[in-house]
Amino acid sequence: MQSPLPFFPEQASNFAGHVDALFLFILLTCLFFAVLVTVLATYAAFKYRRTSPGEVGSLGEGNTLLEIGWTVIPLGIALVMFAWGAVVYVNFRTPPKDTLDIYVVGKQWMWKLQQPNGKREINELHIPLNRDIKLIMGSEDVIHNFYVPAFRAKMDVVPGRYNTLWFRPTKIGKYHFFCSQYCGTNHAVMGGWVTVMDPAEYAAWLSDEAGDVNPASAGEKLFTQLACNTCHLGNGTGRAPSLNGVYGGKVLLADGTTVTADDAYIRESILQPKAKIVAGYQPVMPTFQGLVTEEQILNLTAYIKSLQSQPVPAKGAGVAPATTGKK
Amino acid sequence: MSTVSTTNTGPALKLPEKHYLNATYGIRSWLLTTDHKRIALLYLASVTFFFFIGGFFAMMIRLHLLTPSGYLLSADTYNRMFTMHGVAMIFFFLIPSIPAVLGNFLIPLMIGAKDLAFPKINLLSWYIYVVGGAFTLYSMVTGGLDTGWTFYTPLSTVYSNSAVAPAVVGVFITGFSSILTGLNFLVTVHTMRAPGMTWFRLPLFVWAHYATSVVMILGTPVIAITLGLAAMERLFGLGFFNPAMGGDPILFQHLFWFYSHPAVYIMILPSMGVISELIPTFARKKLFGYHFVAAASLAIAVIGFLVWTHHMFLTGQSTYAALAFSFLTFLVAIPSAVKVFNWTATLFGGSISFDTPMLYAFGFLGLFLIGGLTGLFLGCLGVDMHVHDTYFVVAHFHYIMVGGAVMGYLGGLHFWWPKITGRMYPEWLARIAALVLFVGFNLTFFPQFVIGYLGMPRRYHVYPPEFQVYNVMSTAGASILAIGYLLPMVYLTWAAFYGKVAGNNPWPATGLEWTTPSPPPTENFEVTPVVTWEAYDFHNRPDLGLDVPGHPEITPAHGHD
Repeated sequence: MQSPLPFFPEQASNFAGHVDALFLFILLTCLFFAVLVTVLATYAAFKYRRTSPGEVGSLGEGNTLLEIGWTVIPLGIALVMFAWGAVVYVNFRTPPKDTLDIYVVGKQWMWKLQQPNGKREINELHIPLNRDIKLIMGSEDVIHNFYVPAFRAKMDVVPGRYNTLWFRPTKIGKYHFFCSQYCGTNHAVMGGWVTVMDPAEYAAWLSDEAGDVNPASAGEKLFTQLACNTCHLGNGTGRAPSLNGVYGGKVLLADGTTVTADDAYIRESILQPKAKIVAGYQPVMPTFQGLVTEEQILNLTAYIKSLQSQPVPAKGAGVAPATTGKK
Repeated sequence: MSTVSTTNTGPALKLPEKHYLNATYGIRSWLLTTDHKRIALLYLASVTFFFFIGGFFAMMIRLHLLTPSGYLLSADTYNRMFTMHGVAMIFFFLIPSIPAVLGNFLIPLMIGAKDLAFPKINLLSWYIYVVGGAFTLYSMVTGGLDTGWTFYTPLSTVYSNSAVAPAVVGVFITGFSSILTGLNFLVTVHTMRAPGMTWFRLPLFVWAHYATSVVMILGTPVIAITLGLAAMERLFGLGFFNPAMGGDPILFQHLFWFYSHPAVYIMILPSMGVISELIPTFARKKLFGYHFVAAASLAIAVIGFLVWTHHMFLTGQSTYAALAFSFLTFLVAIPSAVKVFNWTATLFGGSISFDTPMLYAFGFLGLFLIGGLTGLFLGCLGVDMHVHDTYFVVAHFHYIMVGGAVMGYLGGLHFWWPKITGRMYPEWLARIAALVLFVGFNLTFFPQFVIGYLGMPRRYHVYPPEFQVYNVMSTAGASILAIGYLLPMVYLTWAAFYGKVAGNNPWPATGLEWTTPSPPPTENFEVTPVVTWEAYDFHNRPDLGLDVPGHPEITPAHGHD
């Protein structure tokens, strides 16, 4: 496939070029210092080799100016490395607005992935070229890590919280993805392939053999099955706040603080309902810890997300009034 | 010009009649000894034992990875091998190696004391180490351990089917041995220095151990607490880290690395201390920038406590935290760089010989340089997002811990072997072994940088075939490396009994430990020495019998240019 002794993996994402450039910069700087020290030490070793058994070296005492020089100069160079690395990383940790969201669940020892329309995959991920992709990732058991070397990007998948990983694939092809956080017996085989496709082909692939329900509809069904709908009434007259428009908004809590209703907040409210009580409500909701799987939580979250466009009732809404939550 | 010639060319060299090795006989005299030199030898035997256990596991790992599908071991066995390799090497070899063997033996001798401040506590710390080691060995033979040496939760506390509890308890117990050793060193250096041995006349080996002791005392309790909590979660189901019980697995990582990153400095600082002895001795010249090197040790110890989350840049931790810790990580690199520059500068104007310890010092310099510089890649956020948890990391920390710490340890063992045993090792065989080690080491670990950047994750018992070429190189290197480790083990043991008698100061070197017989008497010095010279000052030491140009008599400190 490639040369027999490759040095760089393929570059297939928006990050790849930046990471490689930064890598090369650090590599060249380090090579300069490594060669400098090696040449100096080798030169000294020959120039000042002992010529008679009783010989002693000169009375060298040190030189403060030199000490300051070789402290300050490397520090300056290190700061450049730090700053450049920070720029790349902050971009990597800040997903853009309009992303194609894919839910990822890691479990010993497989990956379950779900496209926005509900199409499921195991250890395979199909994505369209040049589209910002965001993986929203949870784990059912231990810590995993989703890693695509060709994208130069990875992120831990941690039980009990959601981590996101975004990238924009820039080259059509099939690339390895790995679990890179040790997770037990079959850690090494917990991987698969990311297929980057032409957007039109991706659309065709996505609608092909449809039949899976999309996550929001699955979530809506669960919402009824688990009887969430008996308290969380849409019109705000229930024992629990209406969830219309709550996703992404600010929620006023009983202790006076506000919190942003993101995936992590919704997950926590399902599993540990008493952790954050919405102002004006009693802590009556039972915990669903152990009753719902990670995937079901993702579906419920997708459903609540879909309620964003629903009319928010004047009274009984979870979402905080516009006056609070702003500075 | 000098009264006593102490070079080892004279035919009449004899071992002293009475010394610490033959002062008393019998197994009791060893197991109940409070002599720091004998305790050092007890440690030498125990850490060597764990080194070869860890080495055996390493060899299994490398043989297994010869082919992509791994023909030798099952997945579970492989996972146990790399875990137990890490646990044996880190907790039972690297952390105690230089401090508990060389530090124990040398610190009292170097500062002109009769023993450590608390000789009985010193013996106690060895027994604690042995008990901790026994628990860990028990874990190894009753199901092994497959959590990785990092014990990440909830894998270790809930999901692992291996003998986690005894191993965790073993490491927990061993920590106390480390704390006691650190405490003993600190008190000794503060209170027991001989007359004239001021703080800035201390050998840098002592400074490095001082800094190490601070880290041991402040850091080790944290790992003890952490492993204690993990053991309670595993044994009694208390939910500290398991999210299913409301715990936080990332909290474990914070606590774990709060100790385990400084622990890296427990491993490397003493080795730097050894190098700071070797280079001036074999260049016969004062160490360049003594004060800066001493301060660098302390700076590493202090800043080293503030970089721990650089192991966690990709756990989903706050971006701001990542920025702060990346910055501090670049900062901690600077004192190490300062040391490297000072060692190199020392060579200029020296009178350099290439005895085996110096070859190890050169080897250390090269390997530590690569290990240290590759740390910059990992500390850099924008590169870590790609190379984190790949073989790049494996290569990096082996360059530091094996290339740095073990090269320093072996260099130190060769350098002080004549003091410890009274006899010389075979010089040419030792030089060849040092060379074999250097070549084998680089062949083993350099290719791992490349497969790391190509994207091969750590801790894989099978791997995609495109990574095979580099794995074969690595395994070939490991075989050479194994020979490089077996050679010194064999000839140093031989030399302890049959080597040429060394005399008090065969090199000669300037430290106080070389003014007393080899092997030293039980009480170290017959009369308490009085120190009138700066560290590594060859020019004011007529007793060494060297040709100081134009100054046959003692010269004033600034009388030469």
